[in-house]
Amino acid sequence: MNFKELAKKQQTKKVVSGHRACSGCGFPQIVNAVLASTDDPVVVGCATGCLEVTSTIYPFTSWNVPFVHNAFENAAATISGVETAYRALKKQGKIKKEIKFVAFGGDGGTSDIGLQSLSGALERGHKFVYVQYSNEAYMNTGVQRSSATPYGASTTTTPAGKLHLGKEQFRKDITKIVIAHNIPYVAQASVGNLMDLTMKAEKAFKANGPAFLNVLQPCTLGWRYPPEQTIKIGKLAVDCKFWPLYEVENGVYKLNYKPSNPIPVVDYLKTQGRFKHLFTPANKWILDKIQKNVDEEWDKLLKLCGE
Amino acid sequence: MPKTKALTGGEAVAEAMRQVNPEVVAAYPITPQTIIMEKFSEFVADGIVDTELICVESEHSAMSACVGASAAGIRTMTASSSAGLALMWEILGVASGLRLPIVMPIVNRALSGPINIHCDHSDSMGCRDHGWIQIYSENAQEAYENTLLAVRLAEKVLLPAMVCQDGFITSHGVENVKIFEDDKVRKFLGSYKPNKPLLDVNNPVTYGPLQLTDYYFETKRQQEPAMEEAKNSYLQIGKELSKITGSEYGYFEEYQLKDAKAAIVVLNSTAGTAKAVIDKLRKNGKKVGLLKPKLFRPFPYKEIGNALKNIGSIAVLDRSESYGAYAPLFSEIKNACYDTKSKAKLHSCIFGLGGKNIYESDIESIFDKLLTNKLKDKEYIGVR
Repeated sequence: MNFKELAKKQQTKKVVSGHRACSGCGFPQIVNAVLASTDDPVVVGCATGCLEVTSTIYPFTSWNVPFVHNAFENAAATISGVETAYRALKKQGKIKKEIKFVAFGGDGGTSDIGLQSLSGALERGHKFVYVQYSNEAYMNTGVQRSSATPYGASTTTTPAGKLHLGKEQFRKDITKIVIAHNIPYVAQASVGNLMDLTMKAEKAFKANGPAFLNVLQPCTLGWRYPPEQTIKIGKLAVDCKFWPLYEVENGVYKLNYKPSNPIPVVDYLKTQGRFKHLFTPANKWILDKIQKNVDEEWDKLLKLCGE
Repeated sequence: MPKTKALTGGEAVAEAMRQVNPEVVAAYPITPQTIIMEKFSEFVADGIVDTELICVESEHSAMSACVGASAAGIRTMTASSSAGLALMWEILGVASGLRLPIVMPIVNRALSGPINIHCDHSDSMGCRDHGWIQIYSENAQEAYENTLLAVRLAEKVLLPAMVCQDGFITSHGVENVKIFEDDKVRKFLGSYKPNKPLLDVNNPVTYGPLQLTDYYFETKRQQEPAMEEAKNSYLQIGKELSKITGSEYGYFEEYQLKDAKAAIVVLNSTAGTAKAVIDKLRKNGKKVGLLKPKLFRPFPYKEIGNALKNIGSIAVLDRSESYGAYAPLFSEIKNACYDTKSKAKLHSCIFGLGGKNIYESDIESIFDKLLTNKLKDKEYIGVR
């Protein structure tokens, strides 16, 4: 698919405008791109979070496709129930058509409170796509730290103070955790690289079993940057190797993008208010620590990808 | 002809599930519920049912998957006990709020802590205000029949339903159970016609939207008339089932109650013990009786109030406690009696927490004290 085709497919309007996501929010792009990546009817599940609360404010809904929200921590279990019901009806000949299933959850609803539900559904092998839109904190409740929050980021529960300087742990690598489930397809993508995301979503829908996409979604409010910068910041995260684009298809790693001239991670961090406190001489050691971690993780990934 | 089989209460409910043949069952093991799902899994393994069984990784996911499956537009069941039911608690409210007719046999077991695997009613009483229909069963036969009734009732009023039986006492005790003919039972159950199924991709619906101050209350308000309708439909559907089983499906069972001077009100298996004591005391000329509630949610206040109106002295036996307040069943009975301006002296007896046995002698002693005005307002039966 190219941009022109993507734009055309999005005209089917599976999710429509009028939702109440923030100006500059990244997830409408992610959702549109993912839903445009299959021509089959699709049923959407969603965890509690920004996407759910901004798209289903009763009596309105932005969803022109079947949509189910259950709770915060159980989007994967819920869609597994829907998918199983579909299989039961298909077996009985009561449904003939091919239907696809996709669940969306933020990093809180996926990597933290929803991790067990996700792991269970992956292990059981339901045929569904799970998309984590990672904005790297609990944005819906007001920017509290999550296990996906990067080292050094200031959040409302890890504020940069006199003693503590933002989050003091590196983020949980949910992509690797999912890979360990040995499912047919796992990929990491960014809203800044939409065609890469679309290519991955197409593969995910075609996978014969569970598929997982971990998509970086810069958040204008939580990361503290002007709304028009979302796509740019999404690209910078990739270009500085902070958010590598890669996929694991039936166990085989593939690096999808290798920046020819990687930028230093500070060029990415300095675009966002959540890292502002790190840019003092006294805190330079934190920036160095982050760069070191990015380099180490990148090298490990290169080896896994046979690069 | 119905077949009489030697079955545990758990197996009897599994037989009901076999006859229901739900498209999806999602369940997680917990003692003493496991006896249901083990038997049902055999039906799945042998192709006796068409069910897709989801062996989930927790009860929270069991109920979550049931919500997804039921919203998809098919018959959905699960079963649980104790901590499992407690873990589901959040999603129980989603199931009733989204008006999904999920049916869940419950094998009553104590809640932690301390951890205990034996019978009491803390689990189902803990979620009595969560919008689920609750039916209690004295024995395996009742648990079997109530499960069939619950499926029709849930689907009629679009509310989920739980059917409770006592852990181990009923679930693992072997009784003669009459399993009625599959064709008759399936005719009674009928085919399921879902309301706005999620899988109707040509008519997309949004399940579980955000409702704030402008709509939430209005939506929740509609659960109450649904419960009122459940109360009427329970009797109607019970009459239909009665044509197959010959059993009666009243809101409660009265045993030697009409002319009783003293009565016990108790749920589930202990009612059986009480009946044996009543038979014995009646032979000695003591006018004692029993009221055994079956339908607990919705609660038939008026009917129970009327049935107890002329009883002088009543002991309500609760197998659960509401710390710092009236015990759950006692509270309802007291309310029911208030409405009829009853002059009955009401006593609350807590018994059997964590499976502590209650003996005929305990119940005989309660009746004796009731008849001689010696029972305290609140007593703990059998506790050291």
